[in-house]
Amino acid sequence: MIGGLFIYNHKGEVLISRVYRDDIGRNAVDAFRVNVIHARQQVRSPVTNIARTSFFHVKRSNIWLAAVTKQNVNAAMVFEFLYKMCDVMTAYFGKISEENIKNNFVLIYELLDEILDFGYPQNSETGALKTFITQQGIKGQTKEEQSQITSQVTGQIGWRREGIKYRRNELFLDVLESVNLLMSPQGQVLSAHVSGRVVMKSYLSGMPECKFGMNDKIVIDKQGKGGASDEAGKSGKQSIAIDDCTFHQCVRLSKFDSERSISFIPPDGEYELMRYRTTKDIILPFRVIPLVREVGRTKLEVKVVIKSNFKPSLLAQKIEVRIPTPLNTSGVQVICMKGKAKYKASENAIVWKIKRMAGMKESQISAEIELLPTNDKKKWARPPISMNFEVPFAPSGLKVRYLKVFESKLNYSDHDVIKWVRYIGRSGIYETRC
Amino acid sequence: MCDFPFFSLVCTGEIFELKAELNSDKKEKKKEAVKKVIASMTVGKDVSALFPDVVNCMQTDNLELKKLVYLYLMNYAKSQPDMAIMAVNTFVKDCEDPNPLIRALAVRTMGCIRVDKITEYLCEPLRKCLKDEDPYVRKTAAVCVAKLHDINAQLVEDQGFLDTLKDLISDSNPMVVANAVAALSEIAESHPNSNLLDLNPQTINKLLTALNECTEWGQIFILDCLANYTPRDDRESQSICERVTPRLSHANSAVVLSAVKVLMKFMEMLPKDLDYYGTLLKKLAPPLVTLLSAEPELQYVALRNINLIVQRRPEILKHEMKVFFVKYNDPIYVKLEKLDIMIRLASQANIAQVLAELKEYATEVDVDFVRKAVRAIGRCAIKVEQSAERCVSTLLDLIQTKVNYVVQEAIVVIKDIFRKYPNKYESVIATLCENLDSLDEPEARAAMIWIVGEYAERIDNADELLESFLEGFHDESTQVQLQLLTAIVKLFLKKPTETQELVQQVLSLATQDSDNPDLRDRGYIYWRLLSTDPVAAKEVVLAEKPLISEETDLIEPTLLEELICHIGTLASVYHKPPSAFVEGSRGVQHKRLPGSAGSGESADSPDTGSAAGVSEAPPAVIPSQGDLLGDLLNLDLTPPTTSGPPPAPSSGMQMGAMDLLGGGLDSLVGLLHAAMGAGFGAPPTAMPASFPPPVSGGLDDLFDLGGSVGMPMGAYSPPKSIWLPAMKAKGLEISGTFARRAGVIQMEMTLTNKAMSIMTDFAIQFNRNSFGLAPAGPLQVLTPVGPNQSIEVALPLSTVGPVMKMEPLTNLQVAVKNNIDVFYFSSQYPISMLFVEDGKMERQVFLATWKDIPNDNEAQFQIKDCHLNSDAASSKLQGSNVFTIAKRTVEGQDMLYQSMKLTNGIWVLAELRVQAGNPNYTVMSRLVFVLTCSGANHKDYKTESREV
Repeated sequence: MIGGLFIYNHKGEVLISRVYRDDIGRNAVDAFRVNVIHARQQVRSPVTNIARTSFFHVKRSNIWLAAVTKQNVNAAMVFEFLYKMCDVMTAYFGKISEENIKNNFVLIYELLDEILDFGYPQNSETGALKTFITQQGIKGQTKEEQSQITSQVTGQIGWRREGIKYRRNELFLDVLESVNLLMSPQGQVLSAHVSGRVVMKSYLSGMPECKFGMNDKIVIDKQGKGGASDEAGKSGKQSIAIDDCTFHQCVRLSKFDSERSISFIPPDGEYELMRYRTTKDIILPFRVIPLVREVGRTKLEVKVVIKSNFKPSLLAQKIEVRIPTPLNTSGVQVICMKGKAKYKASENAIVWKIKRMAGMKESQISAEIELLPTNDKKKWARPPISMNFEVPFAPSGLKVRYLKVFESKLNYSDHDVIKWVRYIGRSGIYETRC
Repeated sequence: MCDFPFFSLVCTGEIFELKAELNSDKKEKKKEAVKKVIASMTVGKDVSALFPDVVNCMQTDNLELKKLVYLYLMNYAKSQPDMAIMAVNTFVKDCEDPNPLIRALAVRTMGCIRVDKITEYLCEPLRKCLKDEDPYVRKTAAVCVAKLHDINAQLVEDQGFLDTLKDLISDSNPMVVANAVAALSEIAESHPNSNLLDLNPQTINKLLTALNECTEWGQIFILDCLANYTPRDDRESQSICERVTPRLSHANSAVVLSAVKVLMKFMEMLPKDLDYYGTLLKKLAPPLVTLLSAEPELQYVALRNINLIVQRRPEILKHEMKVFFVKYNDPIYVKLEKLDIMIRLASQANIAQVLAELKEYATEVDVDFVRKAVRAIGRCAIKVEQSAERCVSTLLDLIQTKVNYVVQEAIVVIKDIFRKYPNKYESVIATLCENLDSLDEPEARAAMIWIVGEYAERIDNADELLESFLEGFHDESTQVQLQLLTAIVKLFLKKPTETQELVQQVLSLATQDSDNPDLRDRGYIYWRLLSTDPVAAKEVVLAEKPLISEETDLIEPTLLEELICHIGTLASVYHKPPSAFVEGSRGVQHKRLPGSAGSGESADSPDTGSAAGVSEAPPAVIPSQGDLLGDLLNLDLTPPTTSGPPPAPSSGMQMGAMDLLGGGLDSLVGLLHAAMGAGFGAPPTAMPASFPPPVSGGLDDLFDLGGSVGMPMGAYSPPKSIWLPAMKAKGLEISGTFARRAGVIQMEMTLTNKAMSIMTDFAIQFNRNSFGLAPAGPLQVLTPVGPNQSIEVALPLSTVGPVMKMEPLTNLQVAVKNNIDVFYFSSQYPISMLFVEDGKMERQVFLATWKDIPNDNEAQFQIKDCHLNSDAASSKLQGSNVFTIAKRTVEGQDMLYQSMKLTNGIWVLAELRVQAGNPNYTVMSRLVFVLTCSGANHKDYKTESREV
């Protein structure tokens, strides 16, 4: 199991050092600093073995978090734990920075004592932790409160406490998708997938039982077989094939496995209900058509056309096209029909920004790039043209069909809950080779 | 904590100030002071001088302050054990606190203080906390047992905490169950042979229920524990799989990977024609792909594991090639791993896409990545024959870029392509030759020279090219020199007229001016060959070469099996068994996949196909040697199956045990006794005359009583004897012996090369044998063995190999391969080598067992001419893991009661009678056979043994 956990600043100074196991000595702290943080070359692996001691690290801005062990631990678990640790810290004091860590070091030690016991991760849900790790002590609690805390921390529903009350029962569902594309210069899709998340903000009283439904092809087909063929015909077209999905720990996985229904008692506040991935019938919101021509050894001509491919009534926002330029670029002239384009020498790219663009439109940029003659034998690698954007629909085609709330003990029904649904499609890694 | 004196730089003034603040009356000031102390501690300053002052702050109702003091205590208690005692009272009191959080905190902290005196006080509170009404306290106490075990294992056993911990597996609270499982698994790891985690269908059922309810971390503990279970049959295996599959949709990647591990392992037991088997295979792919959208560090772990899964079951991901395409922004470690998997998945169906991608990668920035991409193109050519031509032309395009390292890498892989498809692509040689000057890496130069030598007859200026290399002969690295020597000899054999001078030159450079023995020897051999019989030389040097195999870089199948059992863990990230990077006893256990159920493992299944390249040697290199070789090569492939109707699935060890029960047991007893008696009574004439007398082993050897008592203690190891005479093995002579050193069985061998040529590429395989002995690693012969040179090798052995009853029982059939041929011999190991270190039976158990065995189960015989007294004999035997449990003196006769345990769990109890003045010992032994059947609990089989 995890033998120790260290946090360093960018210089390699230790900010937090907590040792859980006897086999980890103080020199482990220095070994990581010397061999990884101060190493000259780029990090070649997130797992490093130094003198039979293994170090797992992740970096958040310029802070290093390292977990150390001498055993054959579950590596995936260690990384998941490190991410979780970051989440917990962020939930407590915001951004993970040197200053915040120094200011909250007592709190961090207290957290580390609670969520890692002898190197075994324990309950790390912030919702539960915040009930008893408060920095104010727990003196004022009554006995009932104490046992409520412990039963929540160890219980089946560790993510939600009892007795939550809201005057207005409300929930927000965000379907956030990032669409990833790799396209060949000829316009052939090399790979494309959507990775989506359903993020829920729930402000519901009591211990509500929720059921979430979407246009999952498997569910719709099954329903179609069973009952109204008319409805199935209608919605059959709109259903989507989900390659795979993963759920927050509140979702009853065995129920999903057997009936493919998504039922759960949600945590209070914001959390990620599910993640999913689709690869079939993706709506690619933009198409990029590049044309790069080398004119002699000192000049490049670039023409890029982008086409929007969605309903004309919808508007895409924050569009940015990034056209890489060679390292020996000396000057660039750009002409674009829409938006603003600039050559950024420090980033070796022409950045073309368009604030808004409606569907089924087309826009173009052309640039002349002057090059310094070099005797560098190596050819320019021609990195792909990448794109960023945001569209108000789900490129996978996912639709939320319902989210039902049942709370039998309190007197509010599904109809009383105010529900909001929003779809946002963003670009993930959206690249076209040129 | 303070192993660095220079950390103690806190100036005395500061310490003084802190001391004052710590003793202040104001609570706030106290707290701030403790915070400052902790801050200094974090940075590595030595603040141990403040120990009494900090501990004084412990008596407080401020929980935050308390926690800080505890933190300090955990760090410094070890260095100040006497003062740490001061804290005990507070701990004990806190363990009684009405607030469960405080009770838990106290017990948690106490377990972290590694001071013997404190641990004594810990026992009582811990016992209470393990039965606390509050689950939070119980789950903390469960982990505390593991802590205590780490400090003082004996204490935990004596206090009966292990049983309490076992009871917690049935706790009503899922988190308590999870922590108990985690603690037990860890404790069990350091006691490989104890049956601590007694997994049976009932407990498994409990675990599976808890799995649905506990936290993500708890699910990981439980799944990792489940993976150690071996189901009784395919039905049970299927039902567990069905209950584990929902975990594949968990958001936590570690839960997913651990579930994959359980499924991969249990799948081995499902018959392949079962519908469910196919369903399961289909269910595995999507979650594995989803892991690739996790954060890069997790992607890396996932990719290393997918690499293993793809080797074991290529069918799972064969349609998912695209997801392994490299993204421009991937970190380099992700890129390199993806590339590896792409090559493994490359097939005729997707080769066009793969090649297009690889070509793209070859223009990237990172040198390592580009090299690997170029190499990958070559591997595609070798793997998918239809694509070879396209690959070659892609490589030629890359050579045209003139980027130095790309060109060199390309030439190295083109050489391999030539070795796979001889005489097919010579047309490219001209292009290659153009780049001759830019090659500066030895591997690339050697590859180029090999190509020139191999195709010398088609290259007009081959002699000039080679001559140009010859100028700086002494500055070249060995591999280039060797290659150059061979190439020029080839050239000479092909075009004898024009190149006589050249060959003279290189031969004299190699033989006279070089001090590298390999080079010199090779030079001499060529020289003599050429001068005595040029025709023979031609036959030797220009002989048709075997083709290189398709798959390279495959992990050796036994290692792969073991790694599959470690999916998700560090071992799977390093691709090394845990014993390679974990110290001490942990992880030394080798895990294996369960044997498959039906005999559906046909020879043409992909598994067997890919595994046919067992060991390091590609299949084509080893000439077929009939059935025995096949048998040996298949050692790891086919699970031991009995000939009867539906073979009961069980691990190899249990199979063997059955076998032994059938008829082997008698001979085992016989052997023990024969061995015990042999040395002094029976001469070893029964051995086959064709072999040199094999090492007979047994207790008589242990007594080896001519030796003085002053001899260093240690496990007995017979002297080396010749196992394989040089005459029978084309000049390779092997002599050796077996020994048990520091708990590891070793085969110690001397390999002597009595032939004229260098021997390299040694590998070793065992046939199935009675105790499942198998090499624990490859044969470590790193340097080639020159003529008349001999080399000492120690090969560690494991006892987890396949089992088959041998005649005689300790017979071991071995195959050794080198670059010349494969040789077979058999030898016998001393049975004492199999006595394990924990063969000391509890006194009570011994007595009970001894009495339990009916008298007619015993065998008696005498050892003659033994001039040791009983104590000396006992300590001598102890060195060989024969433990004296008790001693009794009756009428001037010493009676020693001894126990020993074999690696497969058979106990042997013995009574040794020594009469003062009488050099003859009487040994009476009884055998206890402990067989663990899955499902049933231990059964003791007491077996009759006859007198020898």
